[in-house]
Amino acid sequence: MDTPSPTVPQDRDGPYGPHQTSHGHAAHGQTPVELPAELPAALAEATGQRGVTAPPKARNRIGDTLFLAASRGSGILLLVIMAAIAVFLGWQASKSLSSNTGHFFTTFEWNPDATPPVFGIAVLLFGTVVSAVIAMAIAVPVAVGIALFISHYAPRRLAQPIAYLVDLLAAVPSIVYGLWGALFLVPHLDGLTAWMNDYLGWTHLLSQSDGVSGSAPRNLFTVGILLAIMILPIITAVSREVFKQAPRMHEEAALALGATRWEMIRTAVLPFGRPGVISASMLGLGRALGETMAVATVLSPSDKLNLHLLDPGGGTFAQNIAAKFGEAFDNGRSALIASGLMLFVITLLVNAAARLIIARRKEFSGANA
Amino acid sequence: MAKRIDVSGLSAYYGSFKGIEDISMTIEPRSVTAFIGPSGCGKSTFLRTLNRMHEVIPGARVEGKVMLDDENLYGPGVDPVAVRRTVGMVFQRPNPFPTMSIYDNVVAGLRLAGVRKKPLLDEVVEKSLKGANLWNEVKDRLNKPGAGLSGGQQQRLCIARAIAVEPQVLLMDEPCSALDPISTLAIEDLIGELKSRFTIVIVTHNMQQAARVSDRTAFFNLAGVGQPGRLVEIDDTQRIFSNPSVQATEDYISGRFG
Ligand SMILES: Nc1ncnc2c1ncn2[C@@H]1O[C@H](COP(=O)(O)OP(=O)(O)OP(=O)(O)O)[C@@H](O)[C@H]1O
Ligand SMILES: [Mg+2]
Repeated sequence: MDTPSPTVPQDRDGPYGPHQTSHGHAAHGQTPVELPAELPAALAEATGQRGVTAPPKARNRIGDTLFLAASRGSGILLLVIMAAIAVFLGWQASKSLSSNTGHFFTTFEWNPDATPPVFGIAVLLFGTVVSAVIAMAIAVPVAVGIALFISHYAPRRLAQPIAYLVDLLAAVPSIVYGLWGALFLVPHLDGLTAWMNDYLGWTHLLSQSDGVSGSAPRNLFTVGILLAIMILPIITAVSREVFKQAPRMHEEAALALGATRWEMIRTAVLPFGRPGVISASMLGLGRALGETMAVATVLSPSDKLNLHLLDPGGGTFAQNIAAKFGEAFDNGRSALIASGLMLFVITLLVNAAARLIIARRKEFSGANA
Repeated sequence: MAKRIDVSGLSAYYGSFKGIEDISMTIEPRSVTAFIGPSGCGKSTFLRTLNRMHEVIPGARVEGKVMLDDENLYGPGVDPVAVRRTVGMVFQRPNPFPTMSIYDNVVAGLRLAGVRKKPLLDEVVEKSLKGANLWNEVKDRLNKPGAGLSGGQQQRLCIARAIAVEPQVLLMDEPCSALDPISTLAIEDLIGELKSRFTIVIVTHNMQQAARVSDRTAFFNLAGVGQPGRLVEIDDTQRIFSNPSVQATEDYISGRFG
């Protein structure tokens, strides 16, 4: 611009009057040029500051205020609820913990209502972790595979119905899965159990003790498989949406470098979707850790910690609470709540670990591209 | 290294829509050929048929022949993946992989080709980044994300990524359209250097740029909305800009268009 910069007349107090006079044109020693006479007035009206001599103030806009209050309020509410749950659990649990004559972490049996009370979470912790690990080991790879198939391989006519089906599976209530597991899965896993015992028995973990071979596989491994089926839809659904978001331009960049379809997916889609897949897995893991009815209908519980995962028996936190809460007395309830608190803590720890993994590679996330 | 491209009777479709029709031209090795023409006349479409990137769009197909020296890119049994390794491409919007470091971006093509030896990769990274005039700016932060560079740097990173695999032809679709004049000049200089090693095809809307960097210029046009784009003429850049043989070319270049 080579025209002299327009300035606000000095002799009048426009909206920017005092401010402008102090270091506007005066500092540059230019002769003031008249603005169109109606402009300052129009501007002043637009900003709602007609005749005001002070510099313009920030105006409160009602929408911003409401939104800020609402979002801040819900954030605080969430924290309060979390804290309330933790405090409630801790307070309720403390009663039984102080009277426990066993060791909370290492005792196998669960007799909190006996005199003296003896109980521990060793079996439950083991069962919960093992069944969840089996479920994740099966579900995550399969879910990622299905999600990739829907988002990048299947022709659209096929992808749509499959995606719909998967969404539908996510909505099936867990008791239905439980019934199906007990009535269909358990009888049909006989063969697989025997086969694994024969060929994978050397791993010790995937084997049956001599005494129980041939009994129905109401064991942690079957629970793991059932949980895998239950969490598959949610992991698939979320991963699919994330994979679909992979930017077309990065996929094309990979293809133009001479990538095959699978290489393109490995270069441009999977790394992009990684945080999303982790989050999806956490959703699934949360469900697997807390699943109650499906586990209760399939597992034949016992208070033995058995490293033979194909032996019937074991238990999980949620299943144990569901099974014992009804006939528990005061101390029994308090002990069950203590075990619930442990489940809560485990879930928090796992989630924190996942957050950490995602955050560590944040600058490579592609979120700012 | 650099190869001649000989296109004959090439048409490209998006589903039932014909994007470009019956294009024939020869692109000389070790030269820069510029494509100019109004928006929507099929420059990008044609460019993408030269490395078989057109067909990655669902429903898109190509008819005709593209000879790279004496191999037909659309011949039976030709692997499009192999074609894309010999004909590199730089896109209009800089698109380094956001999940990769600068280093990994440059060697992405080599890794795809199965090169794993670290010393070799190191050497290629340095050579390619120097070739793309980016080395001095990034040599101290090769492990930082590629998406953390400025737009012009990102585009040069994409050029480094494309030349790292030593292609025979380099296709550039409006490589400077998102860049400031200084980055643009840097990339134009780079094109001048690269042409001693590669056959370069560049799409541009900038007449001065076409005049500055190219040896030959092709003008594309389309008869009307919904009509396929066609090649109007291709000639030495000097002739196109001083004395084109078709009136439409002159009208377009002098801004008296439509
Ligand atoms: N993915 C697509 N699907 C369907 N039609 C397309 C697609 N891409 C381009 N076209 C059409 O093909 C024609 C040529 O488009 P193209 O992108 O090749 O033009 P261009 O010359 O590169 O234009 P510009 O200068 O604006 O980049 C246009 O009519 C366009 O609408
Ligand atoms: Mg284009």
